[in-house]
Amino acid sequence: MTYDAPHYDVDALLDSAHILVCCGAGGVGKTTTAAALALRAAERGRKVCVLTIDPARRLAQSMGLTELDNTPRSVAGVDSAAGGSLDAMMLDMKRTFDEIVLTHSDPVRAQQILANPFYVSLSSSFAGTQEYMAMEKLGQLKREGRWDLIVVDTPPSRSALDFLDAPQRLGRFLDGRMIRLLLAPAKAGGRAYMKVLSVGMSVFTNVLTKVLGAQALKDLSLFVASLETMFGGFRERAEKTYELLKEPGTSFVVVAVPERDALREATYFVERLSQEQMPLAAVVLNRVHRSSAPELSVQRAMAGAEALDEGADSSLAAAVLRVHAERLAMATRDERTAARFAGAHRGVPLVQVAAQAGDVHDLDGLRTIGAELANGPEASAPLAG
Amino acid sequence: MTLFPGVKLHVVTGKGGTGKTTVAAALALSLAQAGRQVLLTEVEDRQGIAQLFETPPLPYEERRVAAADGGGEVYALAIDPEAALIEYLEKFYNLRRAGSALKRIGAIDFATTIAPGLRDVLLTGKVMEAATRARRGGGRIYDAVVLDAPPTGRIARFLNVNAEVAGLARMGPIRQQADSVMNLLRSRQTAVHLVTLLEEMPVQETVDGVAELQAANLPVGAVVVNMVREPLLPADSLDTAAAAGLDDTDIAAGLKRAGLEPTGRLVAALIAEAAEHAGRVLLEAREREVLGDLGRPRLELPLLAEGVDLAGLYELAERLRDQGLSA
Repeated sequence: MTYDAPHYDVDALLDSAHILVCCGAGGVGKTTTAAALALRAAERGRKVCVLTIDPARRLAQSMGLTELDNTPRSVAGVDSAAGGSLDAMMLDMKRTFDEIVLTHSDPVRAQQILANPFYVSLSSSFAGTQEYMAMEKLGQLKREGRWDLIVVDTPPSRSALDFLDAPQRLGRFLDGRMIRLLLAPAKAGGRAYMKVLSVGMSVFTNVLTKVLGAQALKDLSLFVASLETMFGGFRERAEKTYELLKEPGTSFVVVAVPERDALREATYFVERLSQEQMPLAAVVLNRVHRSSAPELSVQRAMAGAEALDEGADSSLAAAVLRVHAERLAMATRDERTAARFAGAHRGVPLVQVAAQAGDVHDLDGLRTIGAELANGPEASAPLAG
Repeated sequence: MTLFPGVKLHVVTGKGGTGKTTVAAALALSLAQAGRQVLLTEVEDRQGIAQLFETPPLPYEERRVAAADGGGEVYALAIDPEAALIEYLEKFYNLRRAGSALKRIGAIDFATTIAPGLRDVLLTGKVMEAATRARRGGGRIYDAVVLDAPPTGRIARFLNVNAEVAGLARMGPIRQQADSVMNLLRSRQTAVHLVTLLEEMPVQETVDGVAELQAANLPVGAVVVNMVREPLLPADSLDTAAAAGLDDTDIAAGLKRAGLEPTGRLVAALIAEAAEHAGRVLLEAREREVLGDLGRPRLELPLLAEGVDLAGLYELAERLRDQGLSA
């Protein structure tokens, strides 16, 4: 017996949500899913903004995302008959960080911070900055109040969970004891400060000086000092964005494909969201293979192909039967995988999207996906290789 | 025949979902032939190796995970930046006791998660240490080290982090270590292999990744095309099939001869499935051409019908060896 996941009304979600967060492992079609949901909501009459992180080049072009200017741009070609609209933007992590610096400090100070080697490194490469900046941008867009719905695509983290943890980690660090320790050299200067400090502290600065060298420690200390005056309650800010994710009107969509690794990540995410009491709308299973002739079994198709091989000139029919057998075998495996996942997560709606023949890179392709998300695979010809 | 004689450190990268951990593991098995000792390392805290080899999660310790054909062995290590930092402090500064004090005030946490690039410096530093161990002291000696590295989008930055550190720490031991890591990574003892699928996005990332690696003077190894499916239709019928133009009376007659009832519905469904299949094969041919233009050795691994289990890993290792990715 397999367990059928409850049917989920995607359109009802698109008509009512204020924030939709798409998350999941890398390479499962998160960006495409986010864009398809956003487009469908827009064409159903809502004012929508989609925040993407790293879209494939051609998909980005089709949405007009050719400029990296970190502000939402109207997407051309969206059907606005129902009164909706779609804006899209691609997150520029460094620029978002720079903007925070420029907004919250005077020009001289801002230039000092922007030129500090530790800032340059932190703003462009720290694992976690991207997650934090995605959250920061989401907060900004929300405050602008121009959209009914904001759809967020999460960064391609090594683990999907980073998305939830990173903002708090960064916030905790910038607001924590470590910072006060690092601030001391910048504030006191010279050797005097060493005397008043705790043992832990002097060990710490000793090690840092030893490991990084004195100049680097000074750079770091100055950088942290600038950050502190600039942000005040950085942690508070991180927590506020985190709270935003718990508000009514926010929903999560976990994206996966019917493969072991992707489903394992999806499982972690489903469990984590439930621990954090964050509302999971549905799990979207992309790239599900289907056969349009399930009545012809793999065994009979293969037996038929072999029978033909023994005869003359029927190689094409034999090949076609083999194509079918391969397809049906994959479809059967995907179906079993999906059923197992559904059985292990009763009550979590599972929305399946058929594998597409090629990559999706235009609005029509997104519409097809959107229709499948809403109506199930029957909405489009469920065929793929 | 081996494509990469003299290479001691094999770095394996690939876009998410392309199976880079699987390929790294198969490569380790391939290199471990003829009694050789190989270390397989991962740096992303995912325990992907343990899952593949069906062992309990790996600690920060080199553990034997598989025996290869001919007496060779594969050891595995999941590199944890925190443990690597403490090890580093002990080794270079004799600071073991400081380690626990630092941990208490959150300094270790700071260093491994926040300090710019330090995390990657520690990870690459540990890989270098394992790859360059000398004969005495210092632990097990390996003939080769395979690194299951961060994804293609981040690989050049990850490997190049030690060059960046040089900008932050202008002298001192960390600078020296950074310089020696870069020397190893840029030498003929290292090869960075890229795993891809024959799909548009992974191929594009591979092309971008190769360009970034070359710009950073890092040695590009092979392109490994993973999960390749056999083309089932005759090559000369692909264009017709892709346009759903296969002759239905022809197919119906064939089905009949095969003892199957050729209903109109079934014939139409089969022609539609053949069209999708042919379309994919044609698209794959185009992507293969793009990869060919990179001018790097290209290897192909089949999609395993049963998924990747331990037996599958050995099969993939053999395929790699047959195509020259071996010791």
